[in-house]
Amino acid sequence: MDTRSLVYIALFAALTAALGLMPPLSFAGLALPPITAQSLGVMLAGTVAGARRGGLALLLFIALVAVGLPLLAGGRGGIGVFFGASGGFLLAWPLSAAAIGFLTRRFRTTNALSTGLQIALGGIVLMYAIGIPWMAFVGKLGLMKSLTIMVAYVPGDLVKVVVATIIARGLRRAFPTL
Amino acid sequence: MLDLYTPGTSPLHRMRPGPKLFTLMGGATLLFLYESLALTIAALALTFLLYRLAGIPPRKMLAQIRPLLWIFALFFALQYWLSGPMLAAYVVLRLATLVLLASLVTLTTRSSDMIDAMTRALSLLKPLGVNPGKISLAISLALRFIPVLAQITAEVREAQKARGLERSVIAVAMPVAIRTLKMADDISDSIDARGYRS
Repeated sequence: MDTRSLVYIALFAALTAALGLMPPLSFAGLALPPITAQSLGVMLAGTVAGARRGGLALLLFIALVAVGLPLLAGGRGGIGVFFGASGGFLLAWPLSAAAIGFLTRRFRTTNALSTGLQIALGGIVLMYAIGIPWMAFVGKLGLMKSLTIMVAYVPGDLVKVVVATIIARGLRRAFPTL
Repeated sequence: MLDLYTPGTSPLHRMRPGPKLFTLMGGATLLFLYESLALTIAALALTFLLYRLAGIPPRKMLAQIRPLLWIFALFFALQYWLSGPMLAAYVVLRLATLVLLASLVTLTTRSSDMIDAMTRALSLLKPLGVNPGKISLAISLALRFIPVLAQITAEVREAQKARGLERSVIAVAMPVAIRTLKMADDISDSIDARGYRS
């Protein structure tokens, strides 16, 4: 692997961590975990760094979380978070980033709507497809109940898709070789 | 380095990270395999004892699950309504036990020791083309980039504030993204210029 890829992997792992420094947005009177900006890091890693580098960047990030660095929003970290209710979403991040990278490279498009759709497929559909069964499993909730809980997160994730699409398009204009 | 480690000299602190992780995995698998309330309560009691053994104060132990209290309450309420108090208690207790056990590993192990253990484990994959030296470089770079990114963001926010744009997400995010990508390119050039091979 060349040096540039190595630096990009480190950069997007760090970006996801830095997005965790943004204050999380709480809603529904704290009855649910807060919405954080960190999955934006997943989307950007995929679109900007590509499937391989983006996937490895998020793998590096969750490895750093697992060894006990408090890099998740709100200063959480350690192996405990993977056994919690949202552990599946964390484990889905590398796959999501890789899927977004694959989709945006394989079906390269200048259309904003198509780019957004590609990001949403990897960043929302795939992530929920892995995270929700995990949540249903550790909480013994059943898929439908877990799905209902997660509906509350869709608007926030759609906003992140829009932001990721705008940034990705701007970066492609600034770095045509990307 | 900033981590969640709590210093100490207990047997748990002195245990090597590898065996500690395998013990955790084994314990977690047992809890998922044998779904019984009695076993889960026993495991929770054992976890409390282990925290005492590690010399971690109860306040710090509670802090490990405090961020999850809301989701515990939600799960409990849902399960109570769906299938009664026994299952509700079981699900929440199991979740609490797992999180506490895993946090105990994190609290008694330095991040640097954990990274060393990971790098050693990864060098077993050398024949498959994994290069532990490069992984170490990526880890150090990532940890260094976090404060740099925070600083770049602060600078751009200040510049946009002068234009009255500090509240616009895109007006801040776009220059940050361009500057960091340019920085990444410069850094990889300088690593190459210094003849980095590993």
